[in-house]
Amino acid sequence: MPTVVIPALLRKFTGGLERVDVPGKSIRELIRHLGDRFPGIDQQLLEDGDIRPSIAVSIDGEIATGGVLDAVSENSEVHFIPALGGGEV
Amino acid sequence: MAASTTTGNFRVIGTRPIRHDGVDKVTGRAKYGADYTFPGMLHGKVLRSPHAHANIKSINIDKALKLPGVKAIVTSKDLPQAEDKLEQAGEMVVNPMYLSMNILAHEKVLYDGHAIAAVAATSPHIAEEALRLIEVEYEVLPPVMTVDVATRPGAPILLKDLRNKEEGDKETNVAQHYQFKRGDLAAGFKAADYVIEREFNTAMVHQGYIEPHNAVGIYNSDGQATIYCSTQGAFDVRSLSAQVLGMPVGHIKVVPAEIGGGFGGKTTIYLEPLSVLLSKKTGAPVKLVMSRAEVLRASGPTSGSKIKVKMGATKDGKLVAAEIWMAYEAGAFPGSPVGAGAMCIIAPYTVENFQIDAYDVVVNRPKTAAYRAPGATNAAFASETIIDELAAKCGIDPIEFRLKNAVKEGAAQVVGPPFKRIGLIQTLEGIKNSPHYKSKLTGKFRGRGVASGFWFNAGMQSSATVNIHADGTASVVTGSPDIGGSRASMAMITAELLGLEVTDVRPITADTDSIGHTDVTGGSRVTFATGMAVYEAAKDAERQLIERAAKLWEKKPDEVEFRDGKFYAKGNGVPPMSIKQLAPRFARTGGPITGRASVNARGVGPGFATTCVDVEVDPDTGKVQVLRCTIAQDAGKAIHPSYVEGQMQGGTAQGLGWALNEEYFYDDKGTLRNFGFLDYRMPTCLDLPMIETVVVEEANPGHPLGVRGVGEVSIVPPVAAVANAIFRAVGVRMTETPMSPPKLLKAMLKHRGATQHSAAAD
Amino acid sequence: MKKTLVEATINGETVEFLCEPRQSLLETLRDVLELTGSKEGCLTGDCGACTVMLDGRAVCSCLVLGVEAQGKKIDTVEGLATNGVLHVLQNKFLEHASLQCGICTPGFLISAKSLLDRNPKPTEPEIRYALAGNLCRCTGYDKIVKAVLDAAADIRSQQDKSKSAA
Repeated sequence: MPTVVIPALLRKFTGGLERVDVPGKSIRELIRHLGDRFPGIDQQLLEDGDIRPSIAVSIDGEIATGGVLDAVSENSEVHFIPALGGGEV
Repeated sequence: MAASTTTGNFRVIGTRPIRHDGVDKVTGRAKYGADYTFPGMLHGKVLRSPHAHANIKSINIDKALKLPGVKAIVTSKDLPQAEDKLEQAGEMVVNPMYLSMNILAHEKVLYDGHAIAAVAATSPHIAEEALRLIEVEYEVLPPVMTVDVATRPGAPILLKDLRNKEEGDKETNVAQHYQFKRGDLAAGFKAADYVIEREFNTAMVHQGYIEPHNAVGIYNSDGQATIYCSTQGAFDVRSLSAQVLGMPVGHIKVVPAEIGGGFGGKTTIYLEPLSVLLSKKTGAPVKLVMSRAEVLRASGPTSGSKIKVKMGATKDGKLVAAEIWMAYEAGAFPGSPVGAGAMCIIAPYTVENFQIDAYDVVVNRPKTAAYRAPGATNAAFASETIIDELAAKCGIDPIEFRLKNAVKEGAAQVVGPPFKRIGLIQTLEGIKNSPHYKSKLTGKFRGRGVASGFWFNAGMQSSATVNIHADGTASVVTGSPDIGGSRASMAMITAELLGLEVTDVRPITADTDSIGHTDVTGGSRVTFATGMAVYEAAKDAERQLIERAAKLWEKKPDEVEFRDGKFYAKGNGVPPMSIKQLAPRFARTGGPITGRASVNARGVGPGFATTCVDVEVDPDTGKVQVLRCTIAQDAGKAIHPSYVEGQMQGGTAQGLGWALNEEYFYDDKGTLRNFGFLDYRMPTCLDLPMIETVVVEEANPGHPLGVRGVGEVSIVPPVAAVANAIFRAVGVRMTETPMSPPKLLKAMLKHRGATQHSAAAD
Repeated sequence: MKKTLVEATINGETVEFLCEPRQSLLETLRDVLELTGSKEGCLTGDCGACTVMLDGRAVCSCLVLGVEAQGKKIDTVEGLATNGVLHVLQNKFLEHASLQCGICTPGFLISAKSLLDRNPKPTEPEIRYALAGNLCRCTGYDKIVKAVLDAAADIRSQQDKSKSAA
């Protein structure tokens, strides 16, 4: 099952859990399942149905570019980190 | 995407051809933004607030409008309403309301230099005279100049609608809180044999590009506008200007002129929407150029900051815990690079237990903009000096200490994901084995310091086309303004792949109508991401060329090979054919050939650098002379080594200026006092030695040629390296920048007083 | 403001132009004469991007008035090449990659030429001292100094060749 690493400031939604295994084949599915398990956390990550502009998604160590559309595999590790727009703020 | 080795046998890549725009640049023919003129062009000037913080009670432009030669005046009333929310503008995240407020102040001015009105007149001198005739009534408010003042209870509030998630509906000057946490901090510090804790303060500094901001706006009666400007990102200018002006993005064309330096400061907009607005009102092209004073007062410097670092290590030199608090000046509107700083501050090292809290704080200073690895230099100044102290406490050489803790492939980053192939260790060894580090430094008041640094580098979107001409030469067209020589690299990649001479490939930076969307030149991304698009476009051209050769030979494409610049028919003895021989046959085989590609680049390779400086301190004045300087940086694959070295040397020079003399000096009214190059003191030729470079090439597996961005990370280590060198020279640990003569002298006298006192007491 | 008629020699050509008394020589070169090679960086004589030769002496053209050009000889970057053939300094700057954004390059070329005209065998410290009035933010000066050292050596060896040929 894919693993989602929870950003520090959102661990209040997961009762302090840093790493959570969640089922899903895409970022969209992962977030949906996260939201089912920890109500409210999905709204922190999404806006208008896609990842918030201020958040970047890393899948298996690489910044992903497809937002909620990106696929994840069974052993994927997913991180949500502040988006930095490449050297400019 | 096949990863190439670092030692691929390249014909063009890795050589040092003369850049294609070189002759224009050394003869004065190259057109920078301020060099553009048009028939009937008017000149614009901007009225700017003399107050750091004030309510605008009224603006009266009547007298100014009557001045002969004045054709139009605009204020924020001429801009459409903007929404207060975070929005995508291209690849950036902006708040349209704050962006609009920075272009022309709405009800408040928020920094000395904040734009209030803009005038178009028949000469720049008349426009300046008109500024003096505009009457503005202010209600002056107390200025909030530092993060300390901004976060004090009862502090004057800059933006009445600003809220952060943690304070609920309370008015605040704290825009954002970031936090990164791992492991058990208490247990970590308990296990430490040595714990060092210090507070650091860095001064606001400016990118210092020699060319001021400029824009020429032409608004046509059919609602279409064109902007000529020096910018790092024509598409950004288009998106942001469209947002501020309330125009459709597709109605604005932005033509990027040659640019005289950016370093991140020209990735946003200041004059561009004003030029279009004034052109709309007058029906004429309008040119605006900032003066140096305006650039310093009112463009986008980078944050001053307060950083508290507490780090622990075991006596064998293993880092075990880090607790960090950092607050950065955002300027008048939210958006400092404190988040990036937080993610960089301990990035070069594996630390099991850490907590980093980072705060974005608004103050009455200009809205900060990106400056080469934004946020990372401030952070490294703090962390790399603490690491130097810990190494000394453990009795371990500073490079060995870093090697013991250095991240390598597979190590988890601060933000979590593990690193792929990286070259930090190679940069540390590059310094360790350098003639500089091996040499002995002798003499009084001399010291040597080292520091390392990290920057993410960026991917983002780029487009490229490769057009093959009727004579078999080519153009490679991209949307990346060239700020450091990158267009030569684009031509080199194309020439390499198509077997052409590099002089037979013309690199072009196109306007927003002529090339697909391309994100800014910044984030060390051009050779990486635009280079990737160029690679793919050249491959696309190659596929089409193979089809044509096959057609001519009446063979199938998979029976034709392209190698070493020639087409070969597999099998029989058909003589090979070059592109030059194939080109005259394009028309009859299907038409012109254009290779194209667009990428949203993945596979970014982060950058690491290690810098070593030798300094000599004058014990009577506190003046620091840099005696020798070497930087080792991982470039992945150096396409054009001279320009890779150039980026390393340039970033190092900026870092040395940041360390030794550069700072924004505001008086107690919040007025900037050093708004010129005499007193905003950047390094001159005389201040610096030769800057030795060690180019490490640990190929980035995510790029077809192994390229890693090189533009930024070089600025990250020098400030800490200088601080560490000063310590070894005179025994003083500096915790503020710049380490300028008055500050260093004060610290040395205090240190001498203390050591004499303790010596006397013994 | 009424304009003044000025006659000067610019890059070897006698030129007549009109300018306002309040226009600097830099502004006059760029806006009146369309010689935009000299650049504006600070308007206070601190960055050297506007450096031109005035009667054989390197000056900041932002600190000279257009009307002061009357009867004088002015040389700008546009006049460095001869009939399109680049000056040694221009070639060396290109070979050594001594420019990144290039905005400071015209000023440096004039200052460097001024130095080599006076001192054909400068040491590195002498070069750094002579060029200290020209700011560059991109290169860290390393490749600029190397280019000037190389150009000086080249010029000397050309002169030695022509001496021995004579």
